[in-house]
Amino acid sequence: MEQFKMPYFYNYPPYFTLQPVKDTREKQIQLWKELILKYCKHYKVFVINLDEDFPLFVNSAIERKLSHEARELFLGALIAEGKAEWLDKAHRKCLILWRSVTDWANLILEFVKEYGFEEGVMTLEEIRTGDETRGTDLAGIDKTVLVRALKILEQKGKAAMFKGTAADDEGVKFSA
Amino acid sequence: MDKIWPGILKPVQLTGAGRPVLHPSEIECQLVDAVEMQLEAGVTLPPFRNTLVILTTHRIIYVDENAKSAGSITLGSVCRTFPPKKSFKSIFACPKMRIQLWSKKGSVVEDAASASESGITVVMIFRGQTSPDAFVTKLGEVLEAKAWEADLKNSRVGSENSLDGGDAKTSTSRLGPANNFASTPQVRKLNPAMAGVAGILRKEKEQLDLADKNLQEAFSDLNALMSKAKEMVNLAERMRIKLLAAPSQQTSTADEEEVGKQDIQELLLSVGIVSPVTKESAGALYHQQLARQLADFVKIPLQKSGGMLAMVDAYCLFNRARGTELISPEDLLQACSIWGTIDVQVAMRRFDSGVLVIQSKSHSDEEVSMRLEILVKQPEAMRQGITASDAARALGLAPALAKEHLLAAEMRGQLCRDDGADGLRFFLNILIDLDVSTAFQ
Repeated sequence: MEQFKMPYFYNYPPYFTLQPVKDTREKQIQLWKELILKYCKHYKVFVINLDEDFPLFVNSAIERKLSHEARELFLGALIAEGKAEWLDKAHRKCLILWRSVTDWANLILEFVKEYGFEEGVMTLEEIRTGDETRGTDLAGIDKTVLVRALKILEQKGKAAMFKGTAADDEGVKFSA
Repeated sequence: MDKIWPGILKPVQLTGAGRPVLHPSEIECQLVDAVEMQLEAGVTLPPFRNTLVILTTHRIIYVDENAKSAGSITLGSVCRTFPPKKSFKSIFACPKMRIQLWSKKGSVVEDAASASESGITVVMIFRGQTSPDAFVTKLGEVLEAKAWEADLKNSRVGSENSLDGGDAKTSTSRLGPANNFASTPQVRKLNPAMAGVAGILRKEKEQLDLADKNLQEAFSDLNALMSKAKEMVNLAERMRIKLLAAPSQQTSTADEEEVGKQDIQELLLSVGIVSPVTKESAGALYHQQLARQLADFVKIPLQKSGGMLAMVDAYCLFNRARGTELISPEDLLQACSIWGTIDVQVAMRRFDSGVLVIQSKSHSDEEVSMRLEILVKQPEAMRQGITASDAARALGLAPALAKEHLLAAEMRGQLCRDDGADGLRFFLNILIDLDVSTAFQ
């Protein structure tokens, strides 16, 4: 996969220190929010785990990394915009919605129409890792996100989810 | 004083802070304010109201603080004084003091010899709260001491006799070796004892003895020290000139000595305020006069330190320059806080962190911010940032003050910080100017 091109200010040391002055800090937060979304989209990262070192937050070239306070602040700003969610109560895992759930739902619909699955049946695993979706944006989609997107389609009456016998063979019947 | 009495008062130059410029050897003795001045019958000139009167060893100076002008009477022209009468009647009236002056054809002259009459009498009416007694007593003392006559003699005799421990300026700088013999033959008399190498050695020895005597007397008691203050300053000045003039072929000695020499020179230079404002002399006017003197004093240190001086530094410098009659930190603060109410070119400032500084009014934050901007825009600083000590070096300030400037610049959004492993460093704030929609392309 092509490497993500970091913006030039990524190597500017102050970018990694939480700025105390209000105006500067606000701009810093905006820049980080944007960078997190772009980075996650590029590498299809759906979850950032604060207990592990996330490569974006550590810049070994200039020997700087974001403090925990800063990480939580920037993710919190994304959450406030609805572009991220905590997955756990302890606020350690954060779901990054670099594409909104509605947009995911539309993307699934487009895929279904394009590949002739209008009346077809797929398991969730097939959507995520199957041959059909390989090379499309849907490949590798996070399961939580996928389920939510399908629920939107369900509400619109364009899909119906069903449970199989095992936990891993949940499926969906499209009726687009 | 827009119209100084012509022929009676001599105009006096004022410093930027509104204090009179004193002669090199003149010492301030007493201050009284709210004095009204009139001329006694015969001469019709308008009176002056509400003046500040400063008695020095040489003059009585009248300062009009509102009009920023001043005039003086040389003490040499005082013929007689008539102190306020202590009678039952005078309890209710303001005390008056009359000073009769030597004059010639309606103009005041400087000494009795050239006077033909004593026709001019100045009346001082003390309208202030303070009693004029101290002033009257002190006036008597300085008239008795006749410091101005000694000065006159010094300047006349000074070039004739290089032995007199007097004015270094007249004996050393004015008489260079080149014109020793050529000029003024009527002044130079050949003294056999002063001829030849032995004479030179003897001269040196006598000078040394004199300096030694001065030092011993000066330190024998503090009162004597005060009266010796002038001579001590002279001595310091002379030593400085000597150090400067020391032949350079002897510089084969170590560099350390050179450095030591410079140190001594600076030290001697800062021995300097001949006439410190004291509580005794200024009384109720103390803080105001102190404020003015301080304002004049800090001008040079301010220039040296880039327009801003930490209060602590100012305190040390000022007290070192005073030598005796040291002031307390409270007095300094009081004097500084008066600056807001009088017209001087310096001001006190408190940074957000509580650090107190003195800064000149011409000193602007814009200039500092401009210099900081140049500093942080250097390629090296763009990569590594600057520390408070970097800024201190570049601005010629103390590190603590430089840090205040950095923090102030950060507050303005000009700088941003990097709190990395090697301490707090400041960078040009490029973040604030970035546009999120275009920054990632």
